[in-house]
Amino acid sequence: MHIVILGNGISGVTAARHIRKLSDHQITIISAETDHFFSRTALMYVYMGHMRFEDIKPYEDWFWEKNRINLLNAYIQEVDFNKKSLTTSEGNQIAYDKLVLAVGSAPNKFGWPGQDLEGVRGLYSYQDLQYMESHSDGLERAVIVGGGLIGIEMAEMFHSRHIPVTFLVREQNYWNMVLPKEESSMVSRHIKEHGIDLRLSTELKEIIDDGTGKVSAVITSTGKRIDCGYVGLTAGVHPNTGFLKGSALEMQKGILVDDYLQTNMPDVYAIGDCAQLRTPRAGRRPIEAVWYTGRMMGETVAHNICGQEIAYDPGIWFNSAKFMDIEYQVYGDVKAHAPENHASIYWEHEDGKKSIRLIYDKETGAILGFNLMGVRYRHEVCEKWLAQATHIEEVLQNLGLANFDPEFYREYETQVVQLYNQQTGKSLQLKSKRGLNKALQFLKGVAS
Amino acid sequence: MHIIQKLGLSLFVIALLIFTAMLGIDNHVLSADNIRKAVDNEYHQNALISQAEEQGILDKAYSTSFAFVPAFKVLLKDAQKSLKAQVKEGLPEGVKKSQVNLPNWKFKDYTFAATRSTNTGPVASNPQLFLLLTFGLGILGGLLYILPKFNLIPGIKHDHIYHRSSTRGLSFGWRAIFLGVATIGTLLYGVYYMGDQYFWPALTAIIALLIIGLVLFYQGSIRRNPSKSASPSITGWLGILTGVFLIGFYVLLYWAPQHITSWIIMVDPVSKMLNGGAASQWFLYGLLYTIVILVMGVRMFAKYRHNRYHLIRTGSVMFFQTAFAFLLPEILVRLNYPYFDFKNIWPLNYTFFFDWNLNNLMNSGGLGLFMLVWGIVLVVIAVPVITYFFGKRWYCSWVCGCGGLAETLGDPYRQLSDKSLRAWRFERWIIHGVLAFAVIMTAMVLYTYFTGEKEVLSFNSNNVRSWYGFVIGAGFAGVVGTGFYPLMGNRVWCRFGCPLAGYLGLVQRFKSRFRITTNGGQCISCGNCSTYCEMGIDVRWYAQRGQDIVRSSCVGCGVCSAVCPRGVLRLENSSEDVNQRATAIRALHITEEGVSLS
Repeated sequence: MHIVILGNGISGVTAARHIRKLSDHQITIISAETDHFFSRTALMYVYMGHMRFEDIKPYEDWFWEKNRINLLNAYIQEVDFNKKSLTTSEGNQIAYDKLVLAVGSAPNKFGWPGQDLEGVRGLYSYQDLQYMESHSDGLERAVIVGGGLIGIEMAEMFHSRHIPVTFLVREQNYWNMVLPKEESSMVSRHIKEHGIDLRLSTELKEIIDDGTGKVSAVITSTGKRIDCGYVGLTAGVHPNTGFLKGSALEMQKGILVDDYLQTNMPDVYAIGDCAQLRTPRAGRRPIEAVWYTGRMMGETVAHNICGQEIAYDPGIWFNSAKFMDIEYQVYGDVKAHAPENHASIYWEHEDGKKSIRLIYDKETGAILGFNLMGVRYRHEVCEKWLAQATHIEEVLQNLGLANFDPEFYREYETQVVQLYNQQTGKSLQLKSKRGLNKALQFLKGVAS
Repeated sequence: MHIIQKLGLSLFVIALLIFTAMLGIDNHVLSADNIRKAVDNEYHQNALISQAEEQGILDKAYSTSFAFVPAFKVLLKDAQKSLKAQVKEGLPEGVKKSQVNLPNWKFKDYTFAATRSTNTGPVASNPQLFLLLTFGLGILGGLLYILPKFNLIPGIKHDHIYHRSSTRGLSFGWRAIFLGVATIGTLLYGVYYMGDQYFWPALTAIIALLIIGLVLFYQGSIRRNPSKSASPSITGWLGILTGVFLIGFYVLLYWAPQHITSWIIMVDPVSKMLNGGAASQWFLYGLLYTIVILVMGVRMFAKYRHNRYHLIRTGSVMFFQTAFAFLLPEILVRLNYPYFDFKNIWPLNYTFFFDWNLNNLMNSGGLGLFMLVWGIVLVVIAVPVITYFFGKRWYCSWVCGCGGLAETLGDPYRQLSDKSLRAWRFERWIIHGVLAFAVIMTAMVLYTYFTGEKEVLSFNSNNVRSWYGFVIGAGFAGVVGTGFYPLMGNRVWCRFGCPLAGYLGLVQRFKSRFRITTNGGQCISCGNCSTYCEMGIDVRWYAQRGQDIVRSSCVGCGVCSAVCPRGVLRLENSSEDVNQRATAIRALHITEEGVSLS
């Protein structure tokens, strides 16, 4: 059986690796972006000179041949779902028995005047990075539009080269549709601390042509003109499914898939950023364009292709990011605007760069989520508490078990417990401090 | 760059230039007085002086050591001849032949001593001034460059490492040239060093070829091109220059100290202050080494001031270098006790079981015996027990001097280590090969020590140990170990060569509570951990599959954990799962039973 995977990102590559683990099928990964899989989330580090492009490839180049995974650098123009055949831009035909669409995303453009000028670009692909690189020399100012994770990365990238950055964010605070208010303003403060010109509640209205087809300035929604040589469009992404438009493949925003990641066409699956779940789990979005879900979908689709029917289950939500120098981890259900039944304990360090937030159910006291800034928590421990809907007071008393900060780091769990005591009049004591022994005992189910 | 940093960098460069130029400033004046200072044997003195007179070079001033040394060697040979003739003519009553004859092995000592005593000029007459202009100015410049970094916002500062000529490393071709020249050069010089004995260099070359064959052909690495280990296109010229300078420094230090007598004379005042005697090249090296660790340690404090693990660890290596490796031994010498570094452990300290050291310790009273017992306890008890509890990091990145230099001076070069599977294969053969060599060499030395025989299985144990000292102690640990910092990363010696690291690594791999845990499914495969692993461990390989990292080479520097943007890695010890450390899988996995962490 010949399995063709379109896209060599984390979803497609994880699918290929697990298909190889489970079977002897012939596997081909096709991508027009790069010859080899690289970590998309690490592109920024290449620009900043932390790593070379070679270093962001998770596997050595011989890995693919050794595991009998064929790599093909080609652009697929057309898919014939009836004949089960793909056509490359060079007119070559490739037949498949099963097809996995893992074609990822493309940056959003919202019809801004001037959005297609030279010097205006999103940041998603390797080519986007090269474009950014080739426009960086002598750049006097960059404007970044859209306050999400890629926006702040791009700001950090330009900032690392001492290129002044104006960062336009539609919301009143950075990423406040995801982060709760305090965390959101912490990041906003941090962005400004780095000397980045953060303009909150400001949108892009127009990009101005310098007369030669290149960007020369932007006009904001507040009517201000900002001269710049580059505009980064980072207002989100959408499934990169343009080449499939008009085919029999059923799509909405993304390619519609069932619980088994199958599309409406036989033997065609879609995974990762481009897949849209017909019936997402409660509280989850139909498209989740993050690394981790892409990886889980890749693993799930491999099982399904190899004859083991497994419904896609992304488990308990988790995510992470780094906002310049502030690390961020989230486990469970943390809403920007807390619903009626959510109560939270929020502790912030006096330096304004670290915080711990625990979310729990007002009625039952069950733990619902963890939101960490500048503090690391152990995934497995948080997950176990969340899965078991452990009572907040039980969690608080053992909170040290979750601490994953390096040795000798100060532990703040006592302060979190004290805060809870202050707010509730209770007098809980922290029973467990940081340490692998206790964490392992807890995970193994040995009573602590 | 900050204006103060620019000033600091300029001062440092000036100090470095003066330091280098110093070697050519002084003259070497071959006066009778100077010969008497250098040579302790009256017959030899007189022969040398009369030969010099005969050749008309007495009181001649040579402008460099490179002119002086060859002339002096000719003089030594002539003196040797004339002394031989004297012996033939017959000696006065009561004078032994051995008192008069000048043996070849004395040449090295005499040449060095004579180059030192003939040093005349600005440096010799004003060492303090030069100390100020080199060490003083260098420290000042370094600190001025480093201190403004304390004003930056805390966080990982690796911007533009791969854009800088000094830290971006080599292309494959250049790396091959350096490795080839260093290896072949060392072996060829080894023939001369061993007094024209081809056996040892040839044996070493055969073993090297055997290892290359094993890795490339038997283990199939030839088919697996290490695509990421060096860069196909970029070469950092400043890095190459720095490497050449360091290699040159080590070659002179170990094998031609007669050419760096100006440096040694410069630190005489410091030596006299500390141990009461004149400086040797090893005193110069120790002083320089300690100062470099201290200044670059301050740089680590600035870089990692948000990270208490690094602050404490850096403080620890600075302390152990200053107190244990440098000051304490000098003080011991001053008090007439044996020179002893209490934290230097066999087999890194390969001379520990040499007869002269054992005799020296046993003849030094209670303290000497304590040192002997202490050294043995370190090897037999401290290494396995402490490594069991904390991993080999307790030594390699907290105590060791080589580690101390690597973690401070070497920090800007840690990304240059080779992460390929091929390099890992080379590593295992080479480091365990050196460990075996150290054990065999020591066993032979001890055998001859206890039995009084000279040979073991027809090998002269003296030759074995002098070859070990040359090729491993000086060539590998010094010339390649530190000289290759800007070429192949800061732990070349610790990773490929150090026999103690090999020993600690075996304990760490098979019986220790230490590992680096990965945090569930949070890895994004970005590669920062692997890139900044000085030991060339492909940390990401483990992290992305959720497997704890248990590797014999890991020195537990903690940088992978520090550079991880997602909080995935943590250095930990636990007795809970000592035997399953390496197999635990912590990533989110989708199985028929559902999603699970494990």
